[in-house]
Amino acid sequence: MADAVASTGEARAMRPALALALLACAAVAACAAFMTVGARGDWSFILPFRGTKLAGLVLVAVAIGTATVVFQTITNNRILTPSIMGFDALYILLQTALVFSLGATQTTALDARTMFLAETAMLLVFGGLLYHWLFGATARSLHLLLLVGIVFGVFFRAISGLLQRIMDPGEFLVLQDRMFASFNTVNHELLLLAALIVGAVCLGFWRLHQVFDVLALGREAAIGLGVAHARMVALALVLVTVLVAVSTALVGPISFFGLLVANLAYLLFPTARHAVLLPASALIGVIALVGGQTVLERVLSYDTALSVVIEFIGGIAFILLVVRGGAR
Amino acid sequence: MIGVDEVSLSYDGVGVLREVTLNLPKGGVTAIIGPNGAGKSTLLSIIGRILRADGGSVTLDGMDLATAPGPVVARRLAVLRQDNHTTARLTVRDLVGFGRYPHSRGRLTTEDGAQIDRALAYLGLSDLANRFLDQLSGGQRQRAHIAMILAQDTDYILLDEPLNNLDIRHAVAIMALIRRAAGELGKTIAVVMHDINMAAAGCDRIVVMKEGQVTAHGTPAEIMTGPLLSAVYETPIEVVALHDRLLALY
Repeated sequence: MADAVASTGEARAMRPALALALLACAAVAACAAFMTVGARGDWSFILPFRGTKLAGLVLVAVAIGTATVVFQTITNNRILTPSIMGFDALYILLQTALVFSLGATQTTALDARTMFLAETAMLLVFGGLLYHWLFGATARSLHLLLLVGIVFGVFFRAISGLLQRIMDPGEFLVLQDRMFASFNTVNHELLLLAALIVGAVCLGFWRLHQVFDVLALGREAAIGLGVAHARMVALALVLVTVLVAVSTALVGPISFFGLLVANLAYLLFPTARHAVLLPASALIGVIALVGGQTVLERVLSYDTALSVVIEFIGGIAFILLVVRGGAR
Repeated sequence: MIGVDEVSLSYDGVGVLREVTLNLPKGGVTAIIGPNGAGKSTLLSIIGRILRADGGSVTLDGMDLATAPGPVVARRLAVLRQDNHTTARLTVRDLVGFGRYPHSRGRLTTEDGAQIDRALAYLGLSDLANRFLDQLSGGQRQRAHIAMILAQDTDYILLDEPLNNLDIRHAVAIMALIRRAAGELGKTIAVVMHDINMAAAGCDRIVVMKEGQVTAHGTPAEIMTGPLLSAVYETPIEVVALHDRLLALY
């Protein structure tokens, strides 16, 4: 598949479609395995129990997969991801600040959905400012961008850490519950809202896929071709930020997952067409997350290790990309 | 006609363009020359809407480019910038196909296909159509980008140093192609370039810029004089006529 460097126009149109179909089959198989492998006992318990988890995993995979591809397109950079730029660290900080200022009982009493929407709104403001500052006027060096992202991430985490240390231990427990990336404790209350949001954003992405193709050429070429670059990038960034917020709210921060999934998609599909890249990255995300969770949880009977495994592999991929990018 | 009216731009208080007024009539090839830092590329970027001027206006056949809708402008004015780096993995045909975006919004029709084929053939790229851009030489890649600009099928074309990094053979070929596009296809083309002799031989008009201002504008015969060029480049330059051509010696 990787060398599907097709020589004829027909093959070029066919092969991605075929490969996408194969990926879709693999994703469905992974979901089926997740639902059935090692199932003992009452199906009326297993179906809703595993079903909720599966839905959460699929939503996260689709959200992170597509958000990363779009983020990398608008930043013209295949190493940056929203997570590396500190987006999810900020989400955690907002959570922490909320529990800290209102107290755990107040926070738990708040409607999870209202809170989620409020936090997403704040994240949008930050994302807008960061983007405006970093990518607005002049192109800055990749290494500066990475550095700024990492510094922001550390900064947000450090403030969160400080607040967590000085807060009431009981409240910390409530907070801790929300913070760690765990695919076992998918946030149920948000599932329906999350599904609606992810669905709507994906629809938006699909309608914009040809615009993304042009944006990938870079700012100057896009303007030359008549795309309202600033407006489209702002819109894409809003959509990406919403997806990051959804995913972080559902399972917590997962830094390198998006990087891994998006770059696998680029590797498997040597095309610049977002009509192919977006579904590919979403499907690869589902396969990695659902398949990985099935293997770890059911076959190897580990509990929360998937995020660790993903971060490990993703981190290595990240270092490889940075080293290769530097050599180029 | 491209009308530039008192366009200014400054970075941190330093004027890059100082109230530049310039009219480029329809038809023919205009070279924009001048020393480094004269504001040539900046001016082209402002006309191409890549940079926003601090003051002044740019019009295209009377249409104000600052307020006109992007797609409308993109169907009439194409810009090729100096560095064309893209992270996306594209074939030559994909890239040229993007030239059709202002017309078809990404859904290529058979008419678009024909335009793409024509642009590829015009630049002698038909055999390389399915090659990826990173598998091409610098000259081939430059031709692919020019093919994309041609596929955009606009009346006006702006090229920012298209001869950079090309050897003599490719530079001459690209220059001949620019001439042909202006002649056969009736395009109006403005080219930023450094090679004065190439500009004198291949262009109908030469605009000379220095320190953010247009200092001279005329036919090659009017511009190619020793005193004028010497003053602009602050270097002794002598102009001689040889085989019906004016050559600058420096």
